[in-house]
Amino acid sequence: MSENDLLFNSGILTDERQGAIRPPSGLWGAKKGGLVIVECPQRIPCNPCATSCPAGAILPFSDINDTPLIDYEKCTGCAICVAACPGLACFVIDLAFSEDKALYKLPYEMLPLPSKGDTVTCLGRGGEALARGTVEAVIEPKRDKTYVVHVSAPREFANGIRAIKAGV
Amino acid sequence: MTDISTDILVVGGGAAGLSAAAEAASCGADVLIVEGDLRLGGQLVKQTHKFFGSRDEYAGTRGYKIADILLDEIRENEGKVKALTNTTVTGYYIEDKTFTAMRGEDSCARIKARRTIVATGASERLIPFPNNDLPGVYGAGAVQTLMNVYGVTPGRRVLMVGAGNIGLIVSYQMTQAGVEVAAVVEAMPKIGGYWVHAAKIRRLGIPILLRHSVKEALGERVVEGAVIMELDDKFNPTGLERTIECDVICLAVGLSPTTEILSHAGCRMRYVPELCGSVAERDRTMRTSNPDFWSAGDAMGIEEASAAMVEGRIAGLCAADSLGLPAKMEKLDEYWARLNRLRAGEVGAKIRSGIGKVSRDEWEV
Repeated sequence: MSENDLLFNSGILTDERQGAIRPPSGLWGAKKGGLVIVECPQRIPCNPCATSCPAGAILPFSDINDTPLIDYEKCTGCAICVAACPGLACFVIDLAFSEDKALYKLPYEMLPLPSKGDTVTCLGRGGEALARGTVEAVIEPKRDKTYVVHVSAPREFANGIRAIKAGV
Repeated sequence: MTDISTDILVVGGGAAGLSAAAEAASCGADVLIVEGDLRLGGQLVKQTHKFFGSRDEYAGTRGYKIADILLDEIRENEGKVKALTNTTVTGYYIEDKTFTAMRGEDSCARIKARRTIVATGASERLIPFPNNDLPGVYGAGAVQTLMNVYGVTPGRRVLMVGAGNIGLIVSYQMTQAGVEVAAVVEAMPKIGGYWVHAAKIRRLGIPILLRHSVKEALGERVVEGAVIMELDDKFNPTGLERTIECDVICLAVGLSPTTEILSHAGCRMRYVPELCGSVAERDRTMRTSNPDFWSAGDAMGIEEASAAMVEGRIAGLCAADSLGLPAKMEKLDEYWARLNRLRAGEVGAKIRSGIGKVSRDEWEV
């Protein structure tokens, strides 16, 4: 078993695979509001991402164990799925946010809850600190204690930043 | 000693038992739930994470909220369901068809039931290692009870042993509670739980060390650390060891079905590794080889709570039907369709294989 396999087997995405495909880069770079990134590469019985999507962008599952398939043309970056996914495996990244910053819309269930204007540490898939970010908004779309924190941070980490830690 | 009688006795008031009671009561049965804990809800009340599944299994709803939903449903069937909490069924005497139960510390009851649904769930496994009797070595269920029921953190820094769903979820919950998780060790070369649960804790910086296990606990009077060891692909130590500073060692190394009552009732049992222990043979209605006994949930094989709730529905429906009550038996196909969907994935393959070994189309007379 390769080092890469072991890394994946311990919960770190090592490359694109079914259920964890990145959006086409042309569309992604231009889409105001951003596009969803789903990292759900295992067939498990779970479908709230698809049933919660108001735009029909996460395609309906034929089998509840399907991994998500996305019609990026329809995705509005609303981040309802970010709050709905029980596995916290949906993220929205808006590459068109500003010249040098992307807006990362990330699920958050920790304390303390950051506030708008706070500086936070942006973390990669292995918890490594990648960059500092600025909290632009904190919302609770489903009023169920899963928050979606909007953080602006350098856009070169679009394939890296997946979580935040309050403080620096 | 008090004597109690009921149409349907449900032993255990967790995910499966509450679902069975709600379903049987909706058919008009008088149901008695006997629960050893101080309150109903079983493991659901400790589950602060959102459940998977589909809307039918309350996907996206946190476990403790699902317990509330089931309890509300039971209350809707005004007066049909009674519950005795802090009461443990201690045995079944097949010659008298009578259960004995302990209420609290000093009062006893005899219970007679026309039908029984055993929803006793599971108990945690523990693994032996030197000093595992030191205060600070916990089962993951105890950690969840402390934190999520009583609001007490187990310590400051934890070594988690086992990367099944429970180990992964409890690691996440401890992080939410401000407890540092030093590492999760897992003997297999792959996490056993859902990949997304592992990804959730990895991105918070918690290492998951595959092919590693705990070798011994360190400390004189309480846990002060742990030695972990690397394992090769035959699970033998490679000799590589290191010390983890921690004051808690949390064991999440699996569950075993709790089946004593089924054995007392003479239900035909079989050891099925895929279902994590000795479990009862069952037919499509979740009935056992004893025609008065049904069973559902982890007692019938370790699985997710979403499946336990559907099995409970089936057992409740069919036990009520057997009493001649107006049960909508057409729901049975729908419930099986739901179970089959839940078990169709990669993680469900083991369950399907295990259930195949204990399913019976009919019973010999």
